Amino acid sequence: MHNRRDRLIAVLMVLPSIVLLAIFVYGFIAITAQTSMTDSNAMQRLSRLPANFIGLQNYTDLFSGPLDTRFRVGIVNTVFFTAIFITVCLVLGMLLAVLLDQKIRGESVFRTIFLFPMALSFVVTGVVWKWLFNPNSGINYLPTVIGLPPAQFRWFISEDRILEFNWQDLPTILAVIALSAAAMFTLWFAVKRKSRPAIYGFVIVMILSFLIFSGATGSMNALPNPEQHGFNLALIAVVVAAGWQMCGYTMAMYLAGLRGVSEELREAARVDGASEFGVYRHVVFPLLAPITLSAIIILGHISLKIFDLVYVMGGGDNLRIDMPGLNMFFETFRGQNFGRGAAIAMVMLLLVAVVIVPYLVNSFRSEAKRS
Amino acid sequence: MTATAASVPARRPTNRLWSRILVYALLVFFSVLFLLPVYMVIVTSFKGTAEVNISTMWQFPQALSFDAWRTAYERLAPGLTNSFLLVVPATVISAVLGSLNGYVLSKWKFPGANIIFPLMLFGMFIPYQAILIPLVQFMSSVGLFNSLPGLILVHVVYGLPITTLIFRNYYAEVPDELLEAAAIDGAGFFGLYMKIVLPISLPGFVVVIIWQFTQIWNEFLFAVTVAQNTPMVTVALQNLSGSQIVQWNVQMAAAFLAAVPTLIVYVLLGRYFIRGLLAGSVKG
Repeated sequence: MHNRRDRLIAVLMVLPSIVLLAIFVYGFIAITAQTSMTDSNAMQRLSRLPANFIGLQNYTDLFSGPLDTRFRVGIVNTVFFTAIFITVCLVLGMLLAVLLDQKIRGESVFRTIFLFPMALSFVVTGVVWKWLFNPNSGINYLPTVIGLPPAQFRWFISEDRILEFNWQDLPTILAVIALSAAAMFTLWFAVKRKSRPAIYGFVIVMILSFLIFSGATGSMNALPNPEQHGFNLALIAVVVAAGWQMCGYTMAMYLAGLRGVSEELREAARVDGASEFGVYRHVVFPLLAPITLSAIIILGHISLKIFDLVYVMGGGDNLRIDMPGLNMFFETFRGQNFGRGAAIAMVMLLLVAVVIVPYLVNSFRSEAKRS
Repeated sequence: MTATAASVPARRPTNRLWSRILVYALLVFFSVLFLLPVYMVIVTSFKGTAEVNISTMWQFPQALSFDAWRTAYERLAPGLTNSFLLVVPATVISAVLGSLNGYVLSKWKFPGANIIFPLMLFGMFIPYQAILIPLVQFMSSVGLFNSLPGLILVHVVYGLPITTLIFRNYYAEVPDELLEAAAIDGAGFFGLYMKIVLPISLPGFVVVIIWQFTQIWNEFLFAVTVAQNTPMVTVALQNLSGSQIVQWNVQMAAAFLAAVPTLIVYVLLGRYFIRGLLAGSVKG
């Protein structure tokens, strides 16, 4: 239907957007990647000297330099925060959605209440919860309203840490996890499918494990001194605040999904003798699995790059709740270490890309199939 | 199986009643939990400075005081103005561009469009730290650093993926036959857009405008790096909260003021807000 002139106009209309994004996203990422391999800092900029190329030095420093503890604290915090935050949002979001799915009177009122924090800025959330988490008032004094003694947890300034491990052991820990996963996987294939390559694979994994643990464990410690990391309980405060804000999001996603499960399907299950719980367990929840995956990816990429909330709650000095996003900001805009800041940013980008790229590829592959 | 099936009807009414009560009890419980912070914000903001006392934190103010609101408004007013000046043009421009892009990418697919579109979308997921250093350099080299137009440009560019996505999914629902019929009558690219597509775009525009308005109003990272000297409302709030001398009642009133515009939009147009929210998870 479209003639050539109009086709050309169409392309010309999107071209500016494409060019802008090409520069502002991909071009700038390329520059950041380049900066991350230099020792670029404020002194060079001021004196107009070129920055020196130092290869991957910034990256090795971040993971094993004695002075870069802060980055490692941030990475460990991010991992714990992401895991707990996603779990809380999924469980609570699902619970709220199922409750709202029970043909509730005033459903829209409840929905509005659960979802309104999504309309707020993380900055507002941070300011409000900082007041609520004040250890000498706030949440801790809620029990006093009904005459109980105040709670003692110090929330985002808590010094407690559990699940401690030594950063030097991390390569070993990761190797153990990866090798056991590989061993289990190959063994499963070898036994269940009687697959020959799987048997060879299992043997190779075993030999590899033996080699690594017989001799090489000591040489993997790049960090000169032991360094303790773990789950800082102060992060619970951040999880509560972020969960309060984002639970409504998973609730909305699940509710949209629940509304897509037809009443006939549920009725059919009931006729077959399923209890109300059984209908959810065997019919509804399996249909919601793709939504859970989307939610994990969306929430995951938000929590991996979280910045505003911890900036407001921690102010940049509270390393108990520090995150790479915050670290990058202070390294770059306060410390003027552009090279180091760029390296942190690239690690963040990599973490997010690992989650997002397969998701995008998968979405558009299935779309291409449909059309 | 038959035995349990037979016994169910007899048990059902009381069982059902109890489960209904449980459902409502849980919903009320969670509602109270979600609204606790709001209660605290309002109660604290109406207390006088002398009354902001940790031991009586959860109690109602003894006398209504508007001092905190007055101070908060004075401190936040420039930020509120700046944010409005930012949010209106940035939202309008990115919505118009998104509509055009969505129109082309759904109805005028060109070779390679299916590869370019996901590449565009990637831009809305990246941690903006990964582009921040070159962005600040670029802004200062073109003289847009620390200026309102600079921040508008930033929000327009990084808003393009989501606005394009929402409109593309929205226009995909428009049947091609509708366009073909008008094309036979001689309408070209713009003719089809103005006559067929734009008149049915209102819901799409509402979703996109609400979404962009909320996002840009609430945004902090760009505001604090690209436009420090023209503080937006989020930066003004953080500055106020970060300084130790500002009283909690003022902070709570300020937090409320900063939240009011997006809350109004949410309460009035919540349905469209949720649509934008769900569109963010790519599959429309």
